[in-house]
Amino acid sequence: MQGAAWRRWAGYVVASSYELTHDREYAAIRSTAALIDISPLQKYRIDGPDAARLLDRVITRDVSRCAVGQVLYTPWCRADGRVLEDGTVSRLEEQRFRLTSAEPNLRWLHQNATGLAVGIADESETLAALALQGPSSREILSQLVDASLDALPYFRLTPACIASCPVVVSRTGYTGDLGYEIWLHRDHAEPIWDALIEAGTPYGLVPTGLLAMDIARIEAGLLLLGVDYISARHAVIEAQTSSPFELNLGWAVSLEKPRFVGRQALFEERARGSAWALVGIEVDWDALERLYTNIGLPPQVPTVPWRTSVPLYARGRQVGYATSGCWSPLLKKSIALAHLESASARQETVEMEVTVEHRRKRALAYVRRLPFFNPQRKRA
Amino acid sequence: MSQDYDVIVIGGGHNGLVNAAYLARAGLRVVVLERRHCVGGAAVTEEIFPGFRFSVFSYVVSLLRPEIIRELDLPRHGLHILPLESTFTPLPSGDYFATWADPDETRRELYRHSPKDAEAYVDFGQLMVRMAMAVKPLLGVTPPDPTSLSPRQLRGLLTLGRHFHSLAERDLYALYKLMTMSAADFLNEWFECEPFKATKSASGVIGTFLGPRSPGTAYVLLHHYMGEIDGVFRAWGFAKGGTGGVSEAIASAARRFGAEIRTDAPVAQVMVKDGHVQGVALGDGTEIRAKTVSCSLDPRRTFLELVDARRLPEEFVAAVQRYKFRGSSAKVNLALDTLPNFTSLPGAGRHLRGSISISPSIDYLERAYDDAKYGRFSRRPYLDIVIPSMLDPGMAPPGKHVMSIFVQYAPYAVEGGWTDAQRGALGDAVIDTLAEVAPNIRSAILHAQVITPADIEQTIGLSEGNIFQGELALHQLFFLRPVPGWARYSTPIEGLYQCGSATHPGGGIMGAPGRLAALQILEESGRARAAVGGGRAPL
Ligand SMILES: Cc1cc2nc3c(=O)[nH]c(=O)nc-3n(C[C@H](O)[C@H](O)[C@H](O)COP(=O)(O)OP(=O)(O)OC[C@H]3O[C@@H](n4cnc5c(N)ncnc54)[C@H](O)[C@@H]3O)c2cc1C
Repeated sequence: MQGAAWRRWAGYVVASSYELTHDREYAAIRSTAALIDISPLQKYRIDGPDAARLLDRVITRDVSRCAVGQVLYTPWCRADGRVLEDGTVSRLEEQRFRLTSAEPNLRWLHQNATGLAVGIADESETLAALALQGPSSREILSQLVDASLDALPYFRLTPACIASCPVVVSRTGYTGDLGYEIWLHRDHAEPIWDALIEAGTPYGLVPTGLLAMDIARIEAGLLLLGVDYISARHAVIEAQTSSPFELNLGWAVSLEKPRFVGRQALFEERARGSAWALVGIEVDWDALERLYTNIGLPPQVPTVPWRTSVPLYARGRQVGYATSGCWSPLLKKSIALAHLESASARQETVEMEVTVEHRRKRALAYVRRLPFFNPQRKRA
Repeated sequence: MSQDYDVIVIGGGHNGLVNAAYLARAGLRVVVLERRHCVGGAAVTEEIFPGFRFSVFSYVVSLLRPEIIRELDLPRHGLHILPLESTFTPLPSGDYFATWADPDETRRELYRHSPKDAEAYVDFGQLMVRMAMAVKPLLGVTPPDPTSLSPRQLRGLLTLGRHFHSLAERDLYALYKLMTMSAADFLNEWFECEPFKATKSASGVIGTFLGPRSPGTAYVLLHHYMGEIDGVFRAWGFAKGGTGGVSEAIASAARRFGAEIRTDAPVAQVMVKDGHVQGVALGDGTEIRAKTVSCSLDPRRTFLELVDARRLPEEFVAAVQRYKFRGSSAKVNLALDTLPNFTSLPGAGRHLRGSISISPSIDYLERAYDDAKYGRFSRRPYLDIVIPSMLDPGMAPPGKHVMSIFVQYAPYAVEGGWTDAQRGALGDAVIDTLAEVAPNIRSAILHAQVITPADIEQTIGLSEGNIFQGELALHQLFFLRPVPGWARYSTPIEGLYQCGSATHPGGGIMGAPGRLAALQILEESGRARAAVGGGRAPL
């Protein structure tokens, strides 16, 4: 009734869920707090007089606008403006940054650093990371850190100490909820995990695996590399690549910056218009239910989030595809992230393919703006 | 005469709030008038003891319609239903019976008690899903009037007729049995494991003045099954923040759509002139005018107290007088220093995260009912217990807990009346019953709140303390609810509607009566289009 207990992630093995079903872990993300091991992320330390310059060349956002203690979410592109990856850049000090990503970027950083006075260190193996996410996360973490979390705004970070170990706490996450990510030396990971569990248990803290996080990130409209889009690095044909505009990330492209990788192509794309748009899809419940009741079955929804490409139609023609989706236990909706041809993205409805008792059917679906769920507490 | 509002909704229980939200969403000027200081009615969370928040009356959510959650965008207003995954029935023998989230695990547990039942369980589940599917279309629609010949009504009846026609013969028989048999007899045809049968049949008697061997109780079993086939396939859930969390979310949505909600505003009278509703008068004499009044109170309050009965047809008044309440349930809410420790399954395991049922056998339940038949509360009552703080630690200070105990039977018409002494004795009976299987309970109690049917009536106005605004018995369901001929939310008074649990499809935190009544009001005012549409983006 569930997916496999373990899942591969960047060469590591992580829990899909710590219990037999992920329901309670999902509920924790949205109602109490969840503790998620996100150590398999890649982490790079970038420092030196030209650290900001290097990052400004690579990413699409404007590093000069990133204050010390601030975190930027950003994509970065190839010279042709096609997205290589998305991740975060944290400004730890004036001349010291941390870049996180899902895939290795060491070589890419070096290639772009020619002639710059900058040091690049891969900290992926030595630095562990724990995500503490959910409405109670602040209450729990406040008991353990010396720093004041009330004053820490969304996408800011602060150095702190937990169980006498130095850490960096950033108010970031992959769930679209109130939450923090804790960056720490791997040798401190276990005592800090234990301290968090001990302090958090009375508040309903639950160790949480990837299935629950996957549902939360789909509700939050957050992309997953290799699932919702393919890195230009892995694409075999041009059609497999995407631009930031096509991924709903136009807001993170600073064309005012004079120079960064992909700028010219993106500049032209913006003038020309993009071929694709990334949207949210909500399947109409009545339509779905009818497909089932027509053949005498109660409606069914997937118990785990799915990641297969599912065709979307308008007026009988395929106009796009959904890349990942789930039944949202909170919203009571069947939702998905999808790519639509730009011309169809402004439509109110499309049809989504659904397989009902081995047969392909189409159900009415609504085109929605992302995210599906965006609680005030995330930024409050 | 100038109108203050388009619609006045009387009562800020969850149905009144749902009703108001839909009406406001369609653009009407709506005010909700609630007598108490807070909204929610039977679905409220109150801090009765400092730091401890109780779901004072109703405590779990099963039937809340998913379309209401979607159409009113309730998650954005804070609604979150948490999964309640297990049922734990401790037994006097020192053993226990449990059902778990994983059906295979439940099957193995049943096998431990009866290998035969373990197999029957699979077939039974299948049958109940088919039965629930057969009955479900009735829940989502306004009941057609079988005595009317209007084309619309006929079409509605035809659809339903066709629907039942399409049932396989064996399913028709099963449905017939469900409609007529007692829960005990129905379950006896399938199972032998006593605690399993008792725990299941208990859901057939909740809120009724009937025992598990009373005919007609099998149907209510099904009513409780409906939640399981509804899109989420989860039987029972617990609302974050208690059941008041549901009401607060609906109230917040209603306000967002423009509805005004006034608390401490008891309605004393519904003003009627020439057969048309004119508005209402509050307890302090203030008059508020509107051409439409939607009342979420039960029919006794509505037609025998708020409306001058002389303005109603005699046979209608007689039917309302016949409508049965017969409250039989009580509540005990506890603030706990530590968790209960069950002898049969010690420790703070996952069984404390689900519901805990004191229902060891059908005999036990029937004996509890025997007490009630003769005007006493059950010496050893049926208890349905949840520990909300296990699922939402915010309900109690860190490390502490709240326990909600639903108690049956506690007849409204108890011999000697509900005095303080009688209330105390009821509380003792409940704690004694629990202490037999969890001996540490007595020393763990920091505070106890005992609520009798009389208290329920007094606090939220449910006549005779009936938790569903009238018994969910067959003669009071569907197009018979609340009164034959008046099941379509309208009343003999032009402009006066009913929208509470006393109307189809009935009680429970379901919201369906409020929604369907709103759609009916909008349809009759020519605004139907603005209201429906599952897919319409929330405003
Ligand atoms: C003890 C108990 C336990 C229950 N347990 C469950 C459960 O676990 N799960 C479940 O689904 N259901 C349960 N129920 C049933 C469920 O709570 C009710 O069916 C439902 O909440 C009723 O909602 P309503 O809006 O129709 O009516 P009510 O909640 O009764 O609302 C009526 C409102 O009108 C107000 N009012 C009364 N008189 C006036 C007046 N003159 N002027 C203005 N306002 C007035 C009242 O204060 C109240 O707020 C339980 C009920 C009780 C009492």
